[in-house]
Amino acid sequence: MVAPHAAVLDAAPEPVERTRHVVEIRGVSRRFGGKLALDNISLCVPAGVVLGLVGENGAGKTTLIRHVLGLLKAQTGSVRVFGHDPVLDPVRVLSQIGYLCEEPDLPGWMRVHEMLRYVAALYPTWDPAYAEQLRRDFALDSQMKVKHLSKGQRARAGLLAALAYRPDLLLLDEPSSGLDPIVRRDILGAIIRTIADQGRTVLFSSHLLSEVERVSDRIAMIKSGRVLFCDTLDGIRDRYCRVTLRLDEPRASPPPLPGALSWEGSGREWTGVFQSSLEEVRAEVALTNDQVVEEFPLNLDEIFVAHARASHPAEVNR
Amino acid sequence: MQLHLSNSNGVPIYLQIVNQVKYLVASGRLGEGDELPPIRVLAEKLLINPNTVARAYRELELEGVVEKRRTAGTYVSGAGSRLAKRERLRILTERIDALLAESRQMDIDLDDLVELVRRRDAAMRSPAVPAPSTRKG
Repeated sequence: MVAPHAAVLDAAPEPVERTRHVVEIRGVSRRFGGKLALDNISLCVPAGVVLGLVGENGAGKTTLIRHVLGLLKAQTGSVRVFGHDPVLDPVRVLSQIGYLCEEPDLPGWMRVHEMLRYVAALYPTWDPAYAEQLRRDFALDSQMKVKHLSKGQRARAGLLAALAYRPDLLLLDEPSSGLDPIVRRDILGAIIRTIADQGRTVLFSSHLLSEVERVSDRIAMIKSGRVLFCDTLDGIRDRYCRVTLRLDEPRASPPPLPGALSWEGSGREWTGVFQSSLEEVRAEVALTNDQVVEEFPLNLDEIFVAHARASHPAEVNR
Repeated sequence: MQLHLSNSNGVPIYLQIVNQVKYLVASGRLGEGDELPPIRVLAEKLLINPNTVARAYRELELEGVVEKRRTAGTYVSGAGSRLAKRERLRILTERIDALLAESRQMDIDLDDLVELVRRRDAAMRSPAVPAPSTRKG
């Protein structure tokens, strides 16, 4: 839970003129010592959209999210949330963001009802009836101290605290990590209910790619601090394909076709994952004596693994 | 309305919904005039983006399987049950294509395949008679 400065008590959210994009990140780079964590990243989240952020650990997802929260100041480029700079205008921005991360930072000594009263005081748009309904749905014991809650219950408490003031932007950083399927369903359900409410927006990062596929309108993959793609699932699927080839002559190493991320096979049968459309691959194969025998679309999980293999061929277990 | 979504079969979710609703209509489990769940309700039940459900409903509407009514809500259309037979044949055609592909791979010729189909049909009609073994050399 990121509690905005107490001054938010005086600053009820003004009706923000609806810019087309809720989050606008333009040309942001970020260095931590010698490491370039974000490399000239640009990403926009339109209002009313669920954008799923995926990428390996260390790719830059959390760093990006911290920029949106105003916890990091952009070293180059600009960050605008609801049209405002979250570093310069944290109160206005944070009062409209509901944030949940892995292991939410909740005040352990407080009882659940005390924690909710505390959060309610910080957000003028807090809806007590909705909060109570969520508390019952999540079966959170209001008398229990937060530190005595199980991991799953803590996640639910964090989720409640982030939802009850109906923020215009729900920002989730790997909220489901290490949680059982029931809690994960609660989180997914929250994302869907948020988006079903007109005009609200969700930006979430996750390793659970099947879940990302189910709920996202758009998916952005971050790799080494760069955006590999940001597109609808259909659009992403069109950029990749898996093709099995029957070669004219057997080979001990993969055929030299452009656009391949990874290969498996031997002899005359080789299967490649390509960062190209099927048409492009067919066109390249047509220039050889080899043949395409089978083709498959890829799901997000397979695209992710293919990229990982491409960068760490020795490490990734075949 | 019970739908089962698979994440890993390569078929987009909206299309899975479209196909399953068509199947429910074709098999009679959804009848003319039956109402489909509201988009939001189905999205929450299946834990998918409401836009995906909306897309599936739009597709079903375009194909005439369902229709929207003035009183809000989406209903199985009369045309839906007429489409049922066409849909049933389409589903069977897919199964037949798969069967033909496999029998070719196994080097079973068409006459043998048709004979096998007849025998299985006979076996199903009279369950008291044990189905003859079809082991071939």
